[in-house]
Amino acid sequence: MSVWVQIVGVLMACLALGWVFQFAGEKITDGTPFFRDMPLSVAFGYVLGVVVLIWIVWSYYLSRTLAAPEVNKYFFFRLAIEGFVLFSIAAWLFRLLGRTVGTRATKKLFRQMPLTASFGLMTIGIYALLAIFAGLLAPYGQEQIIPGVAANIPPGADPAIGGNADFPLGTDQIGRDILSRLIYGAQNTVGIAFVTTCLAFVLGGTLGFLAATLGGWLDQVLSRFIDVLMAIPSLIFALLLMTIASAWAGSQSGMLTVYMVLIIAVIDSTRVFRLARAVGANIVVMDYIEAAKLRGEGLGYLIFKEILPNATSPLLAEFGLRFCFVFLTIAALSFLGVGIQPPLADWGTMVRDLAQFINFASFAPQVASAPLLAAGAIALLTVAVNFVVDWMLQKSSGLKE
Amino acid sequence: MSRLLTMTDVWIEGRADEVWNPIINGINLHLDKGEVLGLIGESGAGKSTMGLAAMGFCRDGVRISKGAVDFDGIDLLKASAGRKRALLGKRIAYVAQSAAASFNPAHRIIDQHTEGPVQHSVMSRSESERDAMELYAKLRLPHPEEIGFRYPHQVSGGQLQRAMTAMAMSCRPDLIIFDEPTTALDVTTQIEVLASIRDIVTQFGTAAIYITHDLAVVAQMADRIKVLLRGDEVETAETRTMLSHPKEDYTKSLWAVRDFVRPAKPAVHTSATPVVSVQGVTAAYGKVDVLHEVSFDIHAGRTVAVVGESGSGKSTAARCITGLLPPRAGVIEFDGVVLPADYRKRNKAQLRQAQMIYQMADTALNPRKTIGEIIGRPVQFYMGLRGREKRRRVEELLDQIELPAGQYFERLPSELSGGQKQRIGIARALAAEPKFIICDEVTSALDQLVAEGILKLLARLQDELHLSYMFITHDLATVRSIADEVVVMKDGQVVEQGPKAEMFTPPHHPYTDLLLSSVPEMDPDWLDTLLAERGIDNIGDAAINKID
Repeated sequence: MSVWVQIVGVLMACLALGWVFQFAGEKITDGTPFFRDMPLSVAFGYVLGVVVLIWIVWSYYLSRTLAAPEVNKYFFFRLAIEGFVLFSIAAWLFRLLGRTVGTRATKKLFRQMPLTASFGLMTIGIYALLAIFAGLLAPYGQEQIIPGVAANIPPGADPAIGGNADFPLGTDQIGRDILSRLIYGAQNTVGIAFVTTCLAFVLGGTLGFLAATLGGWLDQVLSRFIDVLMAIPSLIFALLLMTIASAWAGSQSGMLTVYMVLIIAVIDSTRVFRLARAVGANIVVMDYIEAAKLRGEGLGYLIFKEILPNATSPLLAEFGLRFCFVFLTIAALSFLGVGIQPPLADWGTMVRDLAQFINFASFAPQVASAPLLAAGAIALLTVAVNFVVDWMLQKSSGLKE
Repeated sequence: MSRLLTMTDVWIEGRADEVWNPIINGINLHLDKGEVLGLIGESGAGKSTMGLAAMGFCRDGVRISKGAVDFDGIDLLKASAGRKRALLGKRIAYVAQSAAASFNPAHRIIDQHTEGPVQHSVMSRSESERDAMELYAKLRLPHPEEIGFRYPHQVSGGQLQRAMTAMAMSCRPDLIIFDEPTTALDVTTQIEVLASIRDIVTQFGTAAIYITHDLAVVAQMADRIKVLLRGDEVETAETRTMLSHPKEDYTKSLWAVRDFVRPAKPAVHTSATPVVSVQGVTAAYGKVDVLHEVSFDIHAGRTVAVVGESGSGKSTAARCITGLLPPRAGVIEFDGVVLPADYRKRNKAQLRQAQMIYQMADTALNPRKTIGEIIGRPVQFYMGLRGREKRRRVEELLDQIELPAGQYFERLPSELSGGQKQRIGIARALAAEPKFIICDEVTSALDQLVAEGILKLLARLQDELHLSYMFITHDLATVRSIADEVVVMKDGQVVEQGPKAEMFTPPHHPYTDLLLSSVPEMDPDWLDTLLAERGIDNIGDAAINKID
């Protein structure tokens, strides 16, 4: 109860301070429109923001100064703050690099880029490099069980709790190097997600544009069929189909991965179909499409030369989002045990295998961070892709104007 | 008369590509109580921006960088948001170009009408409703007692525009800004709205800024006219002085636009086969017939203008000829040969012979393709030219439409002006080397000077290439300047047809007469004369109904 009283008290204080802030601002600056037209809610927001900022700085200060047992409470907080600052600086430097190196076009692109987008691009670039050169970069093999090395070495290379400097991110439950598996995981999870998304777009995009251009019964049949598919909860549906597929695939785990790609591609193509059809339907009514039809152009020309170039920006934005969803679905399926099969490294599987360590969070946060490494890799990529998509959407909507 | 609005040395800038570009360059404007000022100029002249600035308002990405706007002793640029809120809607009102887009389609008209007076505590809700009905009656809306209880889509465009004027009047403002209120309307409807607006403005002694690009309209409405050109003031004068003795060259050129008339061509030989012959065509959307037994011929090298109001079936006739809408009955002949009704069944040669130019060049050109690609496609598709030959042909076409090929080949449509876009549309049609071109309202979205350029270009091309045009338009001035023959349509039927000279000399069919007399003229007394002749209750809808 007293916590609630405290929160309400703080908020009331913020409100009062907000009023003072606005009043004082107006008096001191002699009525500039910024302060004069500021509603109380906005002033309240400013004060609240400052309070939160102070709280963050204070907590970070505590996390650096407190001793052993209390500091555990702030372990992940400290990690988040340091990670945030580190990534911000890296993104800023990356943007600076882009502004000075490269052709005139890329320089211009980087000059207009917000920091979030440069963070996203940088992260995606790093992931891509890791995935492509996994074999060179990883210190050990993804399936390699190193002889003489203990299982479950905690990350952080801190000898006080059993860390080992040779395995900076520790080892998993049967003694494989987590760092190597994370790097290979980029190859497996991200690579497969990319292929799946491309497939979903080819399938959904083509059918969507066809439905929009031809209309009539084809549109009806396709759309209703897609409606039926969409009516089934996608994860459950994928699980069901994967169970069937694993019976078909038998002991060939390679075939199962192919089935998984196909199943997720089909399920996700329904969303792409909807978008492509909606975007296409808006373009088809334009006079230039009519002009092309009256010229006697074929369906292929209409779709790929007239409609597609005008639909790229929404489709590209959807591609980014869809990629995240596909990627999360694969991770989820792997977590549930029907996705990418061991011994291949996969982030979803890695989270599942080490999941029990999350219980250690309150007293041994370093140990608990083992399963969170893979989860963090997933989260980071998702955020990065979304930042880039947001930026592209903003750019394309600016073009339309 | 006392001064109501003074705008001194107003500079306005708009943000594009990270820089501030000037829109208005230091314009002075003043308005007395009860005075009507006409603001005219081409699109992009800054008329609307100036109109909004008179309310102390800017669109997003636009700022007033310098100057002062003084409304009855209140500096609108320095006034607080709250102060302005109390003023806007109550003492200054705004009527937008498209009433259909400005009304909220989800609420009844009267609910939107009463919002202002209630908000500003001018009247109670019930008082305001009664007042709305009075205003509707004053604006001569049919059934003033109940029309307010309809939704915006349930009344016609002209009625909606008048309802919007009534709404602007609801708080009895001192100043109303009319931003092209009749541009989107038919001529016959336009008169009604013009007469209503003028009446109500004089009745309540409201001052107004009337923004338009139509000189004849502004001549009826304004006491004083200010001409703008690309953000600069060209000249200002009393309406009569301005019309009779314009000082600046630009103003004179605006005035002279309507003088372009093609010389008449000799009569067509009666035995000649027409290029296109529309014979007894009846067409329907779904179950409703929109064309009834329409027949007309278009001869080689001639221009047939098809005129009528929106909804009269002009464009539907064009869709039948192109084969987009196969007719229910009747045939289309091309050079004496019956064309398949559906365009999908026509062969390439048949499709090539008939081309189309669209009203909105914006939607007629693929925004993601360069001009070279847009014009090059039909060249490649029909003529089979590729590579260097194709490029040479495209440059030749650009030359024909009077655009320098070197500059425009690689550009995108968005980098061209409206008139240039329309020229590209013409070039695309020419690329097919057709005999016959359908021009669907090709000049109605353009400024008068630009439109004149397009008309002259079309006339020249016709003489050079011996083209036939079907010219769909609702603007009789255009008909007068370019047509050889005229087909008047109403409710999907041909009301009257014949050579232009015959059509423009009485006696007319009553509907043709109505159309002709509804076209505003430059004479500032035109509206008064017309109203005196026809009577206040015999304009617009009422007059049309009488013919039926």
